[in-house]
Amino acid sequence: MSLIKVTIDNIEVEVEPGTTILNAARKIGGAVVPPTMCYYSKLEGSGGKCRSCLVKVAQGSTKDPRPMPKLVASCRTAVMDGMVVQNITSPEVMENRRAITEFLLLNHPLDCPVCDQAGECHLQDLSYEHGLVDTETVEERRTFAPIDIGDKIKLHMNRCILCYRCVMVANQLTDQRVHGVLGRGDHSEISTFITRAIDNDFSGNMIDVCPVGALTDKTFRFKSRVWFTKPFDAHRDCPKCSGKVVLWKKGDEILRVTGRKDKYGELEDFICNDCRFEHKENSDWVIEGPRKIERHSVISQNHYETEVRNRSNQSQ
Amino acid sequence: MAQQILLNNIEVPGLASFDVYRKLGGYTSVEKTLKNFTPDEVTAEVKKSGLRGRGGAGFPAGMKWGFIDKSTNNPRYFVCNFDESEPGTFKDRHIGQLNPHQLIEGMILGSYALGARTSYIYIRGELFYVLRIIEKAIEEAYANGFLGENILGSGYSLDLYCQPGGGAYICGEETALIESLEGKRGNPRIKPPFPAIVGLYDCPTVVNNVETISALPWIMNNGADAYSAIGIANSKGTKLISACGHINKPGIYEIELGLPVEEFIYSDQYCGGIRNGNKLKAVVAGGSSVPILPAELILKTAKGEPRLMSYESLAEGGFETGTMLGSGGFIVMDDTTCIVKNLLTFARFYHHESCGQCSPCREGTGWMEKILQRIEDGRGTMKDIDLLVGISKHIEGNTICPLGDAAAWPVASAVRHFRQEFEDHVKLQKCPLSK
Repeated sequence: MSLIKVTIDNIEVEVEPGTTILNAARKIGGAVVPPTMCYYSKLEGSGGKCRSCLVKVAQGSTKDPRPMPKLVASCRTAVMDGMVVQNITSPEVMENRRAITEFLLLNHPLDCPVCDQAGECHLQDLSYEHGLVDTETVEERRTFAPIDIGDKIKLHMNRCILCYRCVMVANQLTDQRVHGVLGRGDHSEISTFITRAIDNDFSGNMIDVCPVGALTDKTFRFKSRVWFTKPFDAHRDCPKCSGKVVLWKKGDEILRVTGRKDKYGELEDFICNDCRFEHKENSDWVIEGPRKIERHSVISQNHYETEVRNRSNQSQ
Repeated sequence: MAQQILLNNIEVPGLASFDVYRKLGGYTSVEKTLKNFTPDEVTAEVKKSGLRGRGGAGFPAGMKWGFIDKSTNNPRYFVCNFDESEPGTFKDRHIGQLNPHQLIEGMILGSYALGARTSYIYIRGELFYVLRIIEKAIEEAYANGFLGENILGSGYSLDLYCQPGGGAYICGEETALIESLEGKRGNPRIKPPFPAIVGLYDCPTVVNNVETISALPWIMNNGADAYSAIGIANSKGTKLISACGHINKPGIYEIELGLPVEEFIYSDQYCGGIRNGNKLKAVVAGGSSVPILPAELILKTAKGEPRLMSYESLAEGGFETGTMLGSGGFIVMDDTTCIVKNLLTFARFYHHESCGQCSPCREGTGWMEKILQRIEDGRGTMKDIDLLVGISKHIEGNTICPLGDAAAWPVASAVRHFRQEFEDHVKLQKCPLSK
């Protein structure tokens, strides 16, 4: 199939027809990639909800050069031949991204000092890059009590941004779904069907896909800040999954096992609960070596491949 | 009296029964159409009539039908949107309750035009008593050969079902309606693809409003030309207006589009003027989601021309000085009304009804309600007023479905036209109209 041309922030790229604007931008890489809080390439039907990846389409296509009337969700909009997209070059897009960040933080407890996700939280990254220094909100936040969903996973609904990723994991990866979204609006919540525990070999992946600290690993909770642990690639022969994981070690002790995430925070492979929760001895694993960490999050302190962007040089 | 198409026989006792409806000429359009028209000719006729969607957006009905994907062998569906829940709008319930056979007759015509073999009426959960009336009417239509296999020997077969929803405003959005009809959570889908290509059960689907569908029998009986002779410019035919608020005669009126707003409010034939001889303060012309207009702008456009009840005239001046015909929920407020309190009521509604799928609407609607509550209680600041406008701007256009816009427009317009009243609340630290 012949490739089509699309221009994002004045950079031209050729992609296959049907590619989304987001994936075209990821092909270019770097600063022109819109942030994503709900899209997850490995989950069918994800995206379109958080609106943080909205971009401006200045020219629809070569055939129909009219601009699109509204900002579009780049994760769910396919590119057309000759499309011209503005992301960080559009003040309108940046202004709206700031607003979306504010909306996402409106009911977020900002309890980062006691949150296990701190340091590898996508919402932290989004606020760091797009949020305001002074917050305008004085409103009371919605509150829920933390609950256990299954014996290994803790749900802090207060922190949830309703990206629906964990619901999609439950739908697409596991059988006998018992968990979904209840209620509607800002009072909707992720929950299980009447205190049913989530009991499934792959349920632990919900922790990895969660962009915030709403779903955390109970075997790791409060053991260490993530930036004090060192990630190592490791593998084992696993009958259920690929067995390719990242071990998070402090000294010689394995504190946590997760799947391997790419630079957009997406898992390369979904791993089973057995690998994740039950194998925390060094003898369980073949350690391949230290994991190469991309720009994402403070775990890579002093190891950034690219410079951390701040808002002043972004708007240029 | 204006031409009555939808409410013609509405006062006849027992109209909801098949026999009475049939005696008054009911179902003749089905006989005529199945015999003399091909499906494409019906679509062409509706296109020619200039009938526009009566649910709120005013999209030409015939054009919407024209988009349906006929290239696949998948079944096609025709769905009636009876999820009427916009504050101020109560016209569809009237038809469903008193004249269900007119709706069924329209469903048969629309289904025939689109080639649908199964059609649904999706009714709001709270209207359970109307559901029973419609189900009885459907049974009667089956018994008399107007539904089921081989209708009137034409070879065309249709099954019609009436399905109640759970009572969610969001399910009036057509893709949320489709999700709900499929038995899922009523979250709007991300478009494109549009329902005409990928709709109910991933098949081509057209969703129309009750009032739109109920106008079809008259159009097929009397012809597109007769229908388009009524009305003005691109606003053809008649429209049901559910008038409420501080008027002497609240109720449902069928008007010919193009009627001057002033006549509608003050004429004894319609609203009969403002209660107690009070002064008109503001009007929300098309259901809670359209921009509110102050008295001077609803009676006359910014150019000084008389404002008419039509899609174009009400929209004249854009959102700066105009509004929309919307669903025809005509809410009139006299000078005893607090605009902030009214807006708070609307904001509370949208906060409650947001599906929570996308962040601007989920978080923004609740935020606007909290700020409005603060201003109304006398705890607001001048900064809050600008913040309100800012939030509404950031919701508008950034959401998956139009509920976000519907929540943002009333706020933006109320501050635009009645800013002084918001400032008075802040300065006095209480509602100036409260005792």
